[in-house]
Amino acid sequence: MSETRALTLADVCRSFGPVQVLHDISLTLRPGEVHALIGENGAGKSTAMKIMSGYLEPTKGQVKLDDAPVRFASSQEAEAQGVVLIHQEFNLADQLSVEQNIFLGHEKRRGLFLDKAWMQAETRRLLARLNCKVSPDARVRDISNADKQMVEIAKALSRRAQVLIMDEPTAVLTEREAEVLFEQVERLKAEGVAILFTSHKLDEVKRISDRITVLRDGHVVAQGMTAEFNEDQMAQAMVGRDVSSLYPVRSVGVGDDAALEVRGLNVPGYAHDISFTLRRGEILGISGLIGSGRTEAMEGLTGLRAAQGDVRINGRPVSLRSPQQAQAAGLCYLTEDRKGRGLLLQKGMRENLTLQALPEFTNWLIDHKAEDAALTRAIADFDIRAPTREVLVGNLSGGNQQKLLIAKIMLTDPDIVIIDEPTRGIDIGTKQQIYEFIHALSAAGKSIIVVSSEMQEVIGLADRVLVMRLGTIAGEVSGDDMTEDKIVRLAMGLGATRQEAI
Amino acid sequence: MTATETRPSRPARGVNLKVLGPILALVVLVIVGAALNGNFLSAANITNVLSRSAFIGIIAVGMTFVITGGGLDLSVGSMAAFIAGLMILVMNAMLPVMGPGWPLVFVGMLTAMVAGTLAGFVNGFLITTMRIEAFIVTLGTMGIYRSLVTWLADGGTLSLDFGMRSVIRPIYFDGILGISWPIIVFALVAISGELVMRRAAFGRHAAAVGSNDQVARYSSVNVNRVRMLTYVFLGILVGVATIMYVPRLGSASPSTGVLWELEAIAAVIIGGTMLKGGFGRVWGTVIGVLILSLIDNILNLTDGVSPYLNGAIQGVIIILAVILQRDKKAES
Ligand SMILES: Nc1ncnc2c1ncn2[C@@H]1O[C@H](COP(=O)(O)OP(=O)(O)OP(=O)(O)O)[C@@H](O)[C@H]1O
Ligand SMILES: [Mg+2]
Repeated sequence: MSETRALTLADVCRSFGPVQVLHDISLTLRPGEVHALIGENGAGKSTAMKIMSGYLEPTKGQVKLDDAPVRFASSQEAEAQGVVLIHQEFNLADQLSVEQNIFLGHEKRRGLFLDKAWMQAETRRLLARLNCKVSPDARVRDISNADKQMVEIAKALSRRAQVLIMDEPTAVLTEREAEVLFEQVERLKAEGVAILFTSHKLDEVKRISDRITVLRDGHVVAQGMTAEFNEDQMAQAMVGRDVSSLYPVRSVGVGDDAALEVRGLNVPGYAHDISFTLRRGEILGISGLIGSGRTEAMEGLTGLRAAQGDVRINGRPVSLRSPQQAQAAGLCYLTEDRKGRGLLLQKGMRENLTLQALPEFTNWLIDHKAEDAALTRAIADFDIRAPTREVLVGNLSGGNQQKLLIAKIMLTDPDIVIIDEPTRGIDIGTKQQIYEFIHALSAAGKSIIVVSSEMQEVIGLADRVLVMRLGTIAGEVSGDDMTEDKIVRLAMGLGATRQEAI
Repeated sequence: MTATETRPSRPARGVNLKVLGPILALVVLVIVGAALNGNFLSAANITNVLSRSAFIGIIAVGMTFVITGGGLDLSVGSMAAFIAGLMILVMNAMLPVMGPGWPLVFVGMLTAMVAGTLAGFVNGFLITTMRIEAFIVTLGTMGIYRSLVTWLADGGTLSLDFGMRSVIRPIYFDGILGISWPIIVFALVAISGELVMRRAAFGRHAAAVGSNDQVARYSSVNVNRVRMLTYVFLGILVGVATIMYVPRLGSASPSTGVLWELEAIAAVIIGGTMLKGGFGRVWGTVIGVLILSLIDNILNLTDGVSPYLNGAIQGVIIILAVILQRDKKAES
């Protein structure tokens, strides 16, 4: 790459209406350096990144490119100057193919026509670099979240960014996929690209960043070389209290009777022959690579997908053909896709919170007072940080959306709850709160299934872990056997012989 | 930063204009009407305007739910004509048996309600269970009902037997305390509609389904049932509107109810309901209906502008309403 550029925020403030979310932020991205921006949910990380890349304007302060103040009128203008943002939410056109998305607005032409062959080849090359196996012709709506993330990254690579800003790029990736991304980050760094990223996984931050800026409530509270921080110090700076013991210790034993028995569950095309038993008060982890059918199996179980199999709840056979039936039987599923399937982004928090448990709030008419009280309770219980009570849910920060989603499911008071990726995009302080909450549920006699791509999370949280591979349960680990190594080997279909997990 | 206390946080301009826009337009129209013609505010004229808006109004309230739920129904005008024809045929057929009187009127009413329910059910079934686009389904049924009523009338007019006309007339022309029945029924339908939209689980569910049906499904909302019910309610309300309509002229013809669907949809949109679904406002629809009828009425009462321009003015208003709706999006 011929040119390198540095991007600076100088005393930037930003308000939404009367609420100020950024206060005098200053930071510099230097060529060939990886800068990490960390902070709690709602601290203002995404907002700062959007200001740097022309999606938002600062209310005060300046953005400087190579020491010269710039005003990006739009994100296209920023991209033209080499500043590219990969959004926290996917920014892809669902109906278009992978290739069309990568070159959207930058199509390569030859004379009057599109140079289809060149773009195909280039797409293949970019995806191969990312170790991503999707076809350039696949429609984006048909590919997995992890692949979508890779397509976003490929898109940014194709723009030849000199300043690359990534908002939680690894949130939807497993460790292996994240590894591939980090290789590319190293490569770009060597080419002199200035990189900014954010992540709630502090081990990643420690590993790949050179410099750290910590935000709390829109203020920069710490800034320095990564070498000067250990993970606990980062967490402490973000949250303002000690969070070194992340996983609570089990206080109450697991019950003996089976809360949920699943025998021979088939979800055509995704999972087959799934059998397991969940005991009362148990926390069961489900691990596996992305695409192993974890989510689909759970959706089949809760009536969200066509499925066959024997399911018993508290020993009684039940037929769960729709989510309504599952909910009536005391079984709820919390989706991993909070924006597409979890929350109505155009509605307020109150309507979202009570949507699933609406009958509880309805006696001919909806009781608005009770709803308001429930919202007040949820905000307190789950520490939801919203600029105002009336904010549209789409304007909440990602992590706070997740908290609202958990609050929404819990309002239905399920006996058995399946949580898919409980802490995706959630900051470490809140993670700790959610883990404590899951333990409290279990102590109250509820049974919980936690599906998670974060190995540490299932191990730290679960009493027992089922590992899925290619649509079936490849094995089960519990007790001292619950190690990353064992889980990875099961997930990848490796035998007892020890191999280096890639 | 746990700023949970309620603050006056609304960007005052956009939101207020959206809420107040239709009301302001209505007020302006009333002032203009009163200035142009002394009779405009007379009791007779007001009753006339309101009674005539009642048909479209009752249908538009149902349409508000359909559109809020992410759907559309183009068939309501033809459906009304078909139901009117059917109602007249049934009453004429039963007249020799039952004689003219209220029992026969009730038979007619029942016919209209049942036919409306079934017609709504058919639309809903094809759209939800058979998964066909609402636009296509209702375009189809629109043609079907229109052709059926033409066939029933053999291209001419279906007239209610003279013996029955005087019995049934009061439904349109009488009322309580000087307020005619269509106005009363419209008011009742509008008030219950507003209540259901705002305060009942069904209204909330319809908005959720229209906003994102996946989220609704994952939240244990029976998406198909909610969608189906919006069409069935609309069908029932078309039946109710027809019951009000038949007594007025005592006849139905292939030109009955022509363009009612567009007027109803226009009223819904002018009232601030989002055409792509997810948000609906019944009181807005009522104002939308009144705006449309007032324009018609003012043009008829005044000499300055030809009543033939009615359609053009309505068109301008609809487009303006949509532009106003959009401003919030443009900000963010
Ligand atoms: N368009 C908007 N209107 C109103 N408030 C907004 C808007 N966008 C963001 N906010 C608010 O600004 C604050 C900062 O949000 P931001 O998305 O930057 O947080 P974040 O640090 O990225 O959090 P997370 O880790 O959860 O993604 C939040 O309180 C959020 O609700
Ligand atoms: Mg964010």
